[in-house]
Amino acid sequence: MNNFVFTNKAKRFTFMLMGIGLLFIIIELIKGGASDEHFGTRLWSNLLINGFFFFAIALASLFYLALHYATESGWGVVLKRLMEAIMSALPFGIGVIAIVLLAGTFHQHHIYHWMDGDVMDPNSHHFDSLIAGKEAYLNQPFFWIRTIVYFATFLLFMRGFRKRSLLEDEVGGTEIHFKNFKRSALFLVFFAYFSSTMSWDWIMSIDTHWFSTLFGWYVFSGMWVSGMVFLILLAVWLKSKGYLENVNESHIHDVGKWIFALSFLWSYLWFSQFMLIWYSNIPEEVTYFLPRLGEYKVIYFGMFIINFAFPMILLMSRDAKRSAPFLIFVGMLIFIGHWLDVYMLITPGTMFSHGKLGLFEIGMFMSFLGIFIFWVLNALTKRPLMPKHHPYLEESLHHEI
Amino acid sequence: MSDKVIHAMYDDDTILLNGAKKLVGKGVKVSEVFSPFPIHGIDPVIGVKHTRLGICAFLYGITGTCLALLGMKYFMIIDWPMNIGGKPSFSLMENLPSFIPITFEFTVLCAAHGMAITYMLRNKTLPGMIADNPDPRTTDDKFVMELKLSENSKWTAEELQSMLKETGIIEISEKEIK
Repeated sequence: MNNFVFTNKAKRFTFMLMGIGLLFIIIELIKGGASDEHFGTRLWSNLLINGFFFFAIALASLFYLALHYATESGWGVVLKRLMEAIMSALPFGIGVIAIVLLAGTFHQHHIYHWMDGDVMDPNSHHFDSLIAGKEAYLNQPFFWIRTIVYFATFLLFMRGFRKRSLLEDEVGGTEIHFKNFKRSALFLVFFAYFSSTMSWDWIMSIDTHWFSTLFGWYVFSGMWVSGMVFLILLAVWLKSKGYLENVNESHIHDVGKWIFALSFLWSYLWFSQFMLIWYSNIPEEVTYFLPRLGEYKVIYFGMFIINFAFPMILLMSRDAKRSAPFLIFVGMLIFIGHWLDVYMLITPGTMFSHGKLGLFEIGMFMSFLGIFIFWVLNALTKRPLMPKHHPYLEESLHHEI
Repeated sequence: MSDKVIHAMYDDDTILLNGAKKLVGKGVKVSEVFSPFPIHGIDPVIGVKHTRLGICAFLYGITGTCLALLGMKYFMIIDWPMNIGGKPSFSLMENLPSFIPITFEFTVLCAAHGMAITYMLRNKTLPGMIADNPDPRTTDDKFVMELKLSENSKWTAEELQSMLKETGIIEISEKEIK
């Protein structure tokens, strides 16, 4: 079975996710969620959270594929088509983020309060000298130029990799491989800058007064773990359906190692950011942690424990990393954990002490998850699951660790 | 009880691997293989169990974590509480974040040293230990397969030797051990 068939059962599952999500949203609205004065901000924050979370998964897949090409890794070739399918959902995340940012520019919400012209105007009583000092970077024209450049770069490289992957199946040889090699090296250079600056632009600028120098890496490590978790869940699910007969325990083990290691990277960055600010205790820095350790204490530390302790304890042994049930359990747990991480990145900055984690948030997450899975599985049907003529295909088929 | 070992030397790891597969297929027990580098895929063939070094590493690491936390508690909380940057110094929990880097480093230190020492101990390669490889050339470019007679009581030494000679060896020797 080299071609994935998107069965009605799988389709029904994604529609069910969207449906239950929508139902939750409607219940919350009937309960009077919409009459709340904070509802507008809540809606836009949720769109940003989910838009960014699923954009990040697709982007992490693109990055991971590029990393494979650039390092000429052989083992992951059998998983290549899955990465391509996941990254093809980039337009979905990009669309949602673009809507949120556009709405901000047209003052439909105040998630980015630097977008309000008054804070930069010395004559206005809303003048904020700290924000005005950042005007050279944080101004709308430059912001939009950057945003469009990110979107265009990611989409361009995504389309290029996808196109050349199919071309390689037909043509063979090593020419396309070396082209991919060069393009992915170029992409990684762009990605190194853009993954940092885009997280400053879209997420860190919510807490406009505050900044952290490792924020970009923190967001990047979180997106990478989420991407790897989605990849392994997809691979394990496809294997259980009888596809991907060439994906053996060793491939699963390798992806499991990535999840394990990246969870540590993420925890390390989380802690580095937290401890330095906690220790120095400077007012302009701790503002970021005050709401997070105040109203959001349980979620904030809860998601840290989920994302750090569970993968550490449960994925430490070799056997656990090779076992599908273990990986499914840990994967689902930290998938939700990293969604909560993105929630914690955004909500305290936009909603302050009014943030909620209720049916509305769960509903939005489920609907987005349904759409995302549908998008990915649909992209998976478009091409054979196993690439042909990839120079490292044989190595990957005989991967054994 | 005296025993005999047969050492068969090869000059190619693939030939050795294929030879070992053939012998094991007949039911011969290969007791050891000496090689200058890890031979990929030999472990399951000659029945080497998966290493338990990881479990040791975990135990050493946990020891390091506990020692570091206990130490910090004694130094910084009980014996000589210090006020650093106005941070609380009354209990371990309140001041935990500032102890994490040291705890982490000490965990890594204990795990790494413990692992290295265990590894060398198990391989009998600690400084001063006498090397037990049968031929110094196995640290250069030759490979030796070792069969013990007592583990292969179905065959005589001559039969084992003739079986080995079919697998592309370059040298063979037999010696008595105690």
